Amino acid sequence: MSSAGIRKARLATEDPIWVKALILTLVVAFLTLVLILPLGVVFTQALAKGWKVAWAAVREPDAVAAIKLTLLVAAIAVPFNAVFGLCASWAIAKHDFRGKAFLITLIDLPFSVSPVVAGLIYVLVFGAQGWFGDWLIDHDIKILFALPAIVLATIFVTFPFVARELIPLMQEQGVAEEEAALSLGASGLRTFLRVTAPNVRWGLLYGVLLCNARAMGEFGAVSVVSGHIRGLTNTMPLHVQILYDDNDATGAFAVAALLCLLAVVTLVLKTTLEVAQPDVAGRRAH
Amino acid sequence: MFRRRSAIPGFGLTLGITLTLLSVVVLIPLSAVALKAAGIGWDGFVAAGFSERAMRAYRLSFGAAFAAAAINGVFGMITAWALVRYQFPGKTVLNALVDLPFALPTAVAGIALVTLYQPGNLLGVWLDALHIKAAFNFTGVTIALTFIGLPFVVRTLEPIMRDLAADVEEAAASLGASRWQTVMRVVLPSLGPAWLTGFALAFARGVGEYGSVIFIAGNLPFKTEIAPLLIVIQLEQYEYGAAASIAVVMLLVSFAMLFVINAIQAYARRLAA
Amino acid sequence: MTISIRQVEKSFGRYPALGGVSLEIKDGELLALLGPSGSGKTTLLRAIAGLEFPDKGQIAFDAQDVTFAGAAERGVGFVFQQYALFKHMTVARNVAFGLDVRKGKAKPSKAAIAARVEELLNLVELGGLGKRYPSQLSGGQRQRVALARALAVNPRVLLLDEPFGALDATVRKSLRKELRRIHDATGVTTIFVTHDQEEALELADRVAILNHGVIEQVGTPAEVHDAPASPFVCGFVGEANRFEGEVSGGVFRAGGIGVAAPGVADGKAVAFVRPHEFVIAPAGFGAHIQRVTLQGPLAHVEAVTSDGIRLQIVASRADAANYAAGATANLTVRAAHVYPA
Repeated sequence: MSSAGIRKARLATEDPIWVKALILTLVVAFLTLVLILPLGVVFTQALAKGWKVAWAAVREPDAVAAIKLTLLVAAIAVPFNAVFGLCASWAIAKHDFRGKAFLITLIDLPFSVSPVVAGLIYVLVFGAQGWFGDWLIDHDIKILFALPAIVLATIFVTFPFVARELIPLMQEQGVAEEEAALSLGASGLRTFLRVTAPNVRWGLLYGVLLCNARAMGEFGAVSVVSGHIRGLTNTMPLHVQILYDDNDATGAFAVAALLCLLAVVTLVLKTTLEVAQPDVAGRRAH
Repeated sequence: MFRRRSAIPGFGLTLGITLTLLSVVVLIPLSAVALKAAGIGWDGFVAAGFSERAMRAYRLSFGAAFAAAAINGVFGMITAWALVRYQFPGKTVLNALVDLPFALPTAVAGIALVTLYQPGNLLGVWLDALHIKAAFNFTGVTIALTFIGLPFVVRTLEPIMRDLAADVEEAAASLGASRWQTVMRVVLPSLGPAWLTGFALAFARGVGEYGSVIFIAGNLPFKTEIAPLLIVIQLEQYEYGAAASIAVVMLLVSFAMLFVINAIQAYARRLAA
Repeated sequence: MTISIRQVEKSFGRYPALGGVSLEIKDGELLALLGPSGSGKTTLLRAIAGLEFPDKGQIAFDAQDVTFAGAAERGVGFVFQQYALFKHMTVARNVAFGLDVRKGKAKPSKAAIAARVEELLNLVELGGLGKRYPSQLSGGQRQRVALARALAVNPRVLLLDEPFGALDATVRKSLRKELRRIHDATGVTTIFVTHDQEEALELADRVAILNHGVIEQVGTPAEVHDAPASPFVCGFVGEANRFEGEVSGGVFRAGGIGVAAPGVADGKAVAFVRPHEFVIAPAGFGAHIQRVTLQGPLAHVEAVTSDGIRLQIVASRADAANYAAGATANLTVRAAHVYPA
């Protein structure tokens, strides 16, 4: 009997090498079919007729208007949800009250509502036949098929993003530091700004990042309330659809490629945050 | 008492803002759907919400969402397992890529998937040779919903797999279990609640999904029309009551799913205590 | 079954966990692996269980080389520090697991498994709790389930990793006695890891003391306590006063303290004196008594010599009258363990 260690045994928690190889092969094959190839298709189709054609499609006035509208909508919806998320997480994580779990469920609600339904509800409220329809027409206020409804629908679908990120984070951090600051004579606002905010800033950034990606990319909800007026109420995703339906595949994929870049930048930032701040960023599944 | 007294200020203000925004943005508009559906009467609701066309649409949406969640239940699980347990080159990139469906606008995913899978195109050519049609039918819808649902399963399972204590597997091995027995009897059962949660999340998301599906679905009434599209079509025809009725049916299913997910997680927490 | 460990080495990356460990464990013995954290004791236990594999050396069960045999092939029972119970299984299913996973003819009948589970739950005094889930049990009860599960397969050797580490003091003491009782009832060769010297000395037939991945001494509790083989053992096992000084002509001196050190070469040295080895002697060195606390039959005395050396003394209650806080007592050292520095 030798103990030369020629036969290297497998640890109890380790899979046999052939199982590892099989699983990795299946994973790579699956992710290639479902994720990698679609991502690649966007860029190859966008550049199928060369850089110039793609660039022209993005510079075309309707496209520029769509880009501007998308940026504007995100610039309103994201800060709105950030403020909401901070308020909600402060009330929920730093205080004890009855009905807390139910409130969290309500905040999560938009995640389980179809985007189309999210658009539909605003049509029912602000549309010509809706609750405020007559009043809005009398006062010549345009909400539906205009910027306000697009912003509202976007806020609805991205409503839980920041709150969901901050609530568990703040709950985990507890109230000891805030109580210490208050007992040392700091005001409530000062305590929030100097103690709480620095503790949750990476979590906030993470939530904002995901919120922004969804806000810029939302299709279903916005599609229902936008009215699809070219150059006026078309966001980038809607513009992609219009070009695609017009059989302008190159144009559609050129604008889509811009949105893809947004997604890639989001993923890179997200991964960087997760690596740099593993304790506060991205511990929840969405 | 409604609230335990605490030294932390700002409760009234922040809770007030939270409830106001929640009501204005989410709750009041959502109640409009219920009221609209109620407004057309029970018979009208049933006629619109459970019409033959609507039932076919539900069958497609729920069926494809279930199929996609099942595919993700298998491949999402082994993806999570590989990400948690194995070391391999390119792992960071693969890990980041799993979140692509969260970050990529659904319309972009939609046109990319249909371009890839439709007959006569790129991958479609290969599928044609195998006599598989993977666009403008149930398969196409399932492909789109698989894309959308993948991260839900992976990201729900990952933290649970990471927390799975190595000593439990070692205990099984030292008691004489083979690796296969250890995985089947010890590892998988303890992943059960998380797996079901991920499955339910992916399913719920798939049922309501619109943007990535409509390009690859075919959109033929009674055949390849998903439920959210039917809502849009009813809206375009100013059939607001019918649109609201279908929306109510879908919302009820979503809430039931939400309830199931919460129940699963409560059960898992009790077991882990 | 005897276990032979021969020149086993193991490192994790650049960190050496075991550096050439050899140890023979006798059939039916209850052995403690004692050492501070990072001493390699858990690594050694896991190597015996097949949960780690040595880089070098050999492990044999009787005459059979098991160095690279997988954990499942070894027939060991392992009790984990955190118990590692299967949360989704009842207590009975947990205990039955090792029999359930057997295949073909080796697998006992359902009735036989049920009977064995019953027998073991009674042995660990958990009769009637078979239908509970681990989450419904106390820490001490979980520990007993882990023990019953490990014993159910009739292991050739029972291995326990810090078996009482996660329990509070009272439960710990009663379970210690129980482990001894169960060991005596089953007669299975048992090895347990602990960092608590009191636990090791009270429970084990023999104690192996590890430090920095090597065995410093193996012996009965009395041997390692009364005849420590190294300064480390002396300091780690039992209480001791440590003095640095010099040996000259077979006598150790540190300030006014002097004690015989037969056989120790002249030069710098370190002496360990057990607290009970100080006695009152008119001709001895003077020590200023600072504090006296009475604990049961003993008096704990804190004192300091005129050279500023601090002393911890334990005297019997009867002698306590000789030590009065604030006064000076004349002491001498009855015995010491002296090692060249």
